Amino acid sequence: MILMGLRSYIATRILLTIPTLLLLLSAVFIIMRVLPGDPVSLHFEKKADPELMDAMRHTLGLDKPLWQQYIDYIGGLIDVGYLLKNGYPNLGKSMQTFEEVGGQIFSAFPATLELAIYSMIIACILGILLGVVASKSYNSILDHLIRGFGTITYAIPVFFLGIIFQLIFGVYLGWLPTGLRISPNVEPPATITGLYTIDSLLEGNLFKFAESLKALLLPSLTLGIILSGMFVRLTRTNMLETFRSDFVTAARARGLKERTVTLGYVLRNAFLPILTMMGLQFAMLLGGAILTETTFSWPGLGRYIVNRISFRDYTAIQGAVVVFGLFVTIVSLVVDILYAYLDPRIRL
Amino acid sequence: MSRNEAKPRMLANLFLPIISLKRRGSSGWMVIFGLIIVLDLVTMTLVGPYIAPYNPSESLAGAPIKAPPSLQYPFGTNHLRQDMLSRTLVGGSIMLQVAALSVVVCFLIGVPIGLFSSYVGGLFDGIVSMIIDAVYAFPGLVIAIAIAAMLGPGVINISLSIAVVYIPSYFRIVRSQVLSIKELTYVEAAKAIGAKWYTILIRYVFPNVIPSIMVVTTINFADAILTAAGLTFIGLGVTYDIPDWGWDLTNGRNYLATGAWWMITFPGIMIVLLALGFTLMGEGLSEMLNPKLQR
Repeated sequence: MILMGLRSYIATRILLTIPTLLLLLSAVFIIMRVLPGDPVSLHFEKKADPELMDAMRHTLGLDKPLWQQYIDYIGGLIDVGYLLKNGYPNLGKSMQTFEEVGGQIFSAFPATLELAIYSMIIACILGILLGVVASKSYNSILDHLIRGFGTITYAIPVFFLGIIFQLIFGVYLGWLPTGLRISPNVEPPATITGLYTIDSLLEGNLFKFAESLKALLLPSLTLGIILSGMFVRLTRTNMLETFRSDFVTAARARGLKERTVTLGYVLRNAFLPILTMMGLQFAMLLGGAILTETTFSWPGLGRYIVNRISFRDYTAIQGAVVVFGLFVTIVSLVVDILYAYLDPRIRL
Repeated sequence: MSRNEAKPRMLANLFLPIISLKRRGSSGWMVIFGLIIVLDLVTMTLVGPYIAPYNPSESLAGAPIKAPPSLQYPFGTNHLRQDMLSRTLVGGSIMLQVAALSVVVCFLIGVPIGLFSSYVGGLFDGIVSMIIDAVYAFPGLVIAIAIAAMLGPGVINISLSIAVVYIPSYFRIVRSQVLSIKELTYVEAAKAIGAKWYTILIRYVFPNVIPSIMVVTTINFADAILTAAGLTFIGLGVTYDIPDWGWDLTNGRNYLATGAWWMITFPGIMIVLLALGFTLMGEGLSEMLNPKLQR
């Protein structure tokens, strides 16, 4: 085996991303254009005048031969000039509003990102905490309860949990808002990052910060709890395995406090697989975000897709799917690089 | 080792985990418990139409709108004066059909490709693996949405869009197993006596992969049910006319502000139970087959 430095590992990993990405984009193209079902006639539910449909095909470039459409589509995505001018890639025009799909997605994306980040934080804290507790009390009632929690979270549809939370904390108790990113009576903070909690802090407005945090609480708790099950299971198993290692016995033999052993030795070494899982979970998180956003009327990318589905806006759906793909690819790239940085064995 | 000797032993291995379920401690009980839940719900769906107190799709003339649970309507009624108990009894049918069909499709596509690709190896395997891995890394629901949106409603279309998402799970588990099995001496022996590649795959390799496939299948059932419910929730469901837990749950959400918890809770709990049954089976099986392999 050849020894590689971190830098060349990163370069190889980035190069390997290109074919994966191309494959992914082609798959989306095949699903949306080559599979049976013509977007334009589906959009009009076959009820419109054929001339009108032809005009729309022409405006959207859907009357060109497939290979030409494919080149336009890939070409649009790698058109750096367009990207620099507008700040988002060329994803074509919406069938409903004829606006740039890229622009619409760009403005919806921060909402999804904010939801994803907070859900991930909740899932990690809850999952790792419960996992550590379960492994410490191996085979006790507490351990079984925590494992049961992990199994049940896997079986609950995320929107069902969201609806139950809305019912309890929104409708009955009236403590928390059941939708939107900020109360309609409050002016949203000026867009800097697009993340309301950060923008309101940058503005120095603590009231807006509290309001946006309140709106975030139920959706991110819903998604976070659903995702935490995976982390519970993974943390527990890895901790249990690490507890049996020689170096843990050695640490205990040296008379270190149990707390130091658990957190400083065992958790630290059990953390690498958890990090990998975080990357993989991001994909699941995005799927869950679509349903969570629909449940909580959260104006993000997921809700954008669902809205476009009801308008039968196929170009917009395609654009959103592509953005999901790009996002997942970038996250997995970052996680792999982080992993290589933390664990030198990977670079071998 | 002759063929006649090898076969019965492999069959015994295949059924051993099921025969000795109870002896396997907590994981055995998980499988039994999951199986009971699933069988109960399947039975309920099958006999539901005969035991339902009212016609589940009929607006009952005398019934109040969105009535809370009472003796007459134990699960309440919905906004169309339909009886929620009757709807809950029969509402699993579509979901079970979709899940079963998509699992069959996944199995029929994922397993043969996995067997063949990993057995052949080389460039072909590399390319197939790369495609499958790309699909695997993608958020499943997003793929299902894109395909379901293009294919339109219907049990078969929805099943196909879900199947595409989970084919990689079968491929990956089969591949990882075959890669180690094909190096074993008995495969070498089969080659030495001149067995054809398909004979080796079907008679010698495949039986050893079945236990792992069983784990994936049960988990796949749970995932397919949740994905089907998710598709229904965002408006890409099978239909609106037939009573369905997913549709009732989706619809009940519109009346959330009125506090009509019964319209949501009962169909929701049914979906959770069904998915939980399969998840328990999957987890139990996976622990039994490989105590270290944790999903």
